[in-house]
Amino acid sequence: MDLIFLILIPVLTVFAIILTDSKAQARIAAVAGTGIQLMLSIYLVILYLMERSSGNIEQMLFSNKYVWFTSLNIYFSTGVDGISVSLILLTGIITFTGVLASWDVDYLYKEFFISLIVLATGVFGFFISLDLFTMFLFYELAVIPMYLLIGIWGSGKKEYSAMKLTLMLMGASAILLVGLLGIYSYSSPTGLTPLTFNIIEIAQIDIPIEAQRYFFPMIFIGFGVLGALFPFHTWSPDGHASAPTAVSMLHAGVLMKMGGYGCLRVAMYLLPEAANEMAWIFIILTSISIVYGAFGAIVQKDLKYINAYSSVSHCGLVLFAVLMSNEIAMNGAVLQMISHGLMTALFFALIGMIYGRTHTRDIRNMSGLMKMMPFLAVCYMIAGFASLGLPGLSGFVAEMTIFVGAFQNADLFHRGVTVLACSSIVITAVYILRVVAKILLGPADKSMPAGMTDAVWNEKAVTVILIIAIAGMGLAPLWLSDMILNSLEPVVQKLTLLK
Amino acid sequence: MTFEQLLLMRHELLLIIVAVIILIIELSTDNKNKQIILPAVIFLFSIVTAVGFLPIETGVIFGGAYNTSDMIILMKNSLNIGVLIVLIQSAGWLKHSFGNFDNAGGYFFIIVASLIGMDYMISAGDFLMFYIGLELATIPIAALAASEKMKRRSSEAGIKLLLSAAMSSGILLFGISILYGTNGSLYFSSLSADDLNSNLQILAFIFIFTGVAFKISLVPFHLWTADVYEGAPINISSYLSSISKASAVFILLILLFTVFKSILPVWNSVLYIVAVLTMTIGNLFAIRQQNLKRFLAFSSIAQAGFIPLGIIGGTQLGITSVIYFLLIYIFSNLGAFGVVSAISNATGKEKMDDYDGLYQTNPRLSLVMMISLFSLAGIPPVAGFFGKFFLFTAAAVQGYYVLVFIAVMNATISLYYYLLVVKAMFINKNDSPIETIVNDNYTKAGLVICVLGILLIGFSGAIFEFIESVSKGI
Repeated sequence: MDLIFLILIPVLTVFAIILTDSKAQARIAAVAGTGIQLMLSIYLVILYLMERSSGNIEQMLFSNKYVWFTSLNIYFSTGVDGISVSLILLTGIITFTGVLASWDVDYLYKEFFISLIVLATGVFGFFISLDLFTMFLFYELAVIPMYLLIGIWGSGKKEYSAMKLTLMLMGASAILLVGLLGIYSYSSPTGLTPLTFNIIEIAQIDIPIEAQRYFFPMIFIGFGVLGALFPFHTWSPDGHASAPTAVSMLHAGVLMKMGGYGCLRVAMYLLPEAANEMAWIFIILTSISIVYGAFGAIVQKDLKYINAYSSVSHCGLVLFAVLMSNEIAMNGAVLQMISHGLMTALFFALIGMIYGRTHTRDIRNMSGLMKMMPFLAVCYMIAGFASLGLPGLSGFVAEMTIFVGAFQNADLFHRGVTVLACSSIVITAVYILRVVAKILLGPADKSMPAGMTDAVWNEKAVTVILIIAIAGMGLAPLWLSDMILNSLEPVVQKLTLLK
Repeated sequence: MTFEQLLLMRHELLLIIVAVIILIIELSTDNKNKQIILPAVIFLFSIVTAVGFLPIETGVIFGGAYNTSDMIILMKNSLNIGVLIVLIQSAGWLKHSFGNFDNAGGYFFIIVASLIGMDYMISAGDFLMFYIGLELATIPIAALAASEKMKRRSSEAGIKLLLSAAMSSGILLFGISILYGTNGSLYFSSLSADDLNSNLQILAFIFIFTGVAFKISLVPFHLWTADVYEGAPINISSYLSSISKASAVFILLILLFTVFKSILPVWNSVLYIVAVLTMTIGNLFAIRQQNLKRFLAFSSIAQAGFIPLGIIGGTQLGITSVIYFLLIYIFSNLGAFGVVSAISNATGKEKMDDYDGLYQTNPRLSLVMMISLFSLAGIPPVAGFFGKFFLFTAAAVQGYYVLVFIAVMNATISLYYYLLVVKAMFINKNDSPIETIVNDNYTKAGLVICVLGILLIGFSGAIFEFIESVSKGI
């Protein structure tokens, strides 16, 4: 399969939406486009598994190269391994459900769907890129629609949040750019081959350690900001809280995953020596992210803020696991990305639906939702259980793998922070159960608006798709983790060889 | 001199013919038929622009005082395209402020004359030709800046431009005279053969650089920019900020890489400091601007601060990215100015607050503005991203990581104020937004060309490769 289709279809969808002239048509175009994209992602996974089972052991499958700027040796190189394939599937699911969840957008609906799909294009392009140039291009392409999406269709202090988010992420990408250009300028140690942006080619080269020491922190922070690395996470709660439902879903579901993926694929893979040397600094920062995020979630009263802080905690866990630099922990990191993507998208979708009925997100003003909207309430409970790591759902698989992997590092420092990070499970349970008990159970609050109905068809579709994915991953994780594990080998090899 | 040799000056000769035809049209039409001059000029100028792209021989005439190369032709063609857009965009302004196109012939004549000056300046092979070209390019513009006679600010702009231009050419001439005194020659070819390492020669370089930096409005020689851009008619501001600036950068490139190539370390450190100052100060001042013409003035100062990143280090990749960046910059800047000009001509509004809720009433203008601003800010997938990225690459490959870091931080700051305009147009609510504007076909065509340029130049690797192939000639 040619991976370029993953970009072409969203682009065509955008044109289709431009041509529509009513809300119904625009919605159908958006759903059809993202639906085809989801099918394509599933098809890609199947193809990938078939290729692997037929004994293809190349690092990147379906790779392709399109000439772009020859004199700078810039190609649009595409290719996927197990990590990117699973994240593409995640993106496909979340984009599709995101469009379904924004069925009722009235204000400038065309522009809304166009921005949403441009954002998705950026994410897909990012995951199929094997070239630092195109990767960076798609990263920025995914960030900039967020400004309009939050600024125009958001709520609350949306202008502030939108500007904060855009500037912090663009600032991060600026730092990232310096790091990427640094790698580029060291990519030809002999001077005989032209400089290159190609990740696979750079991975064959040993960049001098002195240079790595400068560029590793730049790249790790550059991507880490997107993955809500402490102390650069502050854009995330405000951004999530102000964003419209579908944008929160995509944002927490896939955009933050680009951070983790970038750290793994670029920072750890291309700069392994500095990664080994400097990991401890970032391990401390991510541990703070994990624990601080969880504590932050406890004291929040707005449902979206609670989930935003919980995302900080969970995404911190992703970066934490990536830094542990062994196969099991990194496998857990990728699993956690997928698990968190699905469950947080489900959370935000449900919060959007509940807000649409109660017109409040303040947990103090809600109670007894179980009686009024049992379907949504049960779904919320499932999402909550996935988040606190109940066995049988996706969260358990991911977090278990991470902690097992992290604990394998035998020294005191690594074990200490692992124990610290484990404490987040307990804190997570506190804030999840507190919310569940407060808003779902108990007698109905008198002050709530009367005549609230349960989920309608599109909302049911969103939640059911996401819950199936969460449960599927929780019950049958092995095919997924095998797929990821194989692809992690080159990264881990580079890291352990140098230890 | 044979006729073939004379043809080397094709660009200039064609422009002179156009200028004469403009005068004839102006004289031979009575007051009722004046409006014919606009389509006539645009038609003629399109032909000139197209002819400029035909392949042609290169060479040297006038004993080395005038030379052409593939790269110089490319530079002239970029300027031609830019001026064509400016001419198309000026339709609305001419109608608005000259009523029945009285004096429009004068406007066109002066613009073409100034372009002839730029072409001679870029083609110069010695400092005399360079200086004549430079003056011919600048002085007519001062007349145009003051052309809205009823507005005090316009006269102020004209005088300011004239005085600062006179000041800068004084300094420039002083530098040239020192160079002549120390080397005994004004020819670029013989100067570049010499080693210019004495302190006096370095002083000469500083003076000449200062003179050119006035034209590019690099900090600390930028103080005239904002006032002139604000006071001058908007088409003149856009001409100054795109075409005039680009031509000055072109000649700076040529001077640095021919005459001053022996003191590369000196001009590297000068450019380093100037780049940092220009980016930072341009950006910090742009944040506070409410008037969009002033806003674009400071934004254009900040943009000019990125250009030294490509020049520094003196590589071919750098030259290529500078020309590529400028080409993109011309389109993006003219796009932004075009929208401001369309709105200003129709309603007289130039404040950022006036743009609140513009998307409701004028979605197309808002989209063009957004695309142009994103291109200036360097956001993919529009061309500005590629332009900036390659400039940064050129500097990073030479090891200027700190400079690149300062530049990317400045790019982020610039994003903030560009987003302020986007926010005004798309997000801010307004009870009485600017009413829907019906643009004439000229304005529309001008904006469409800009948008096409912004969208296509970035994606097409071919244009970059072409620039790369001709930039070997320097």
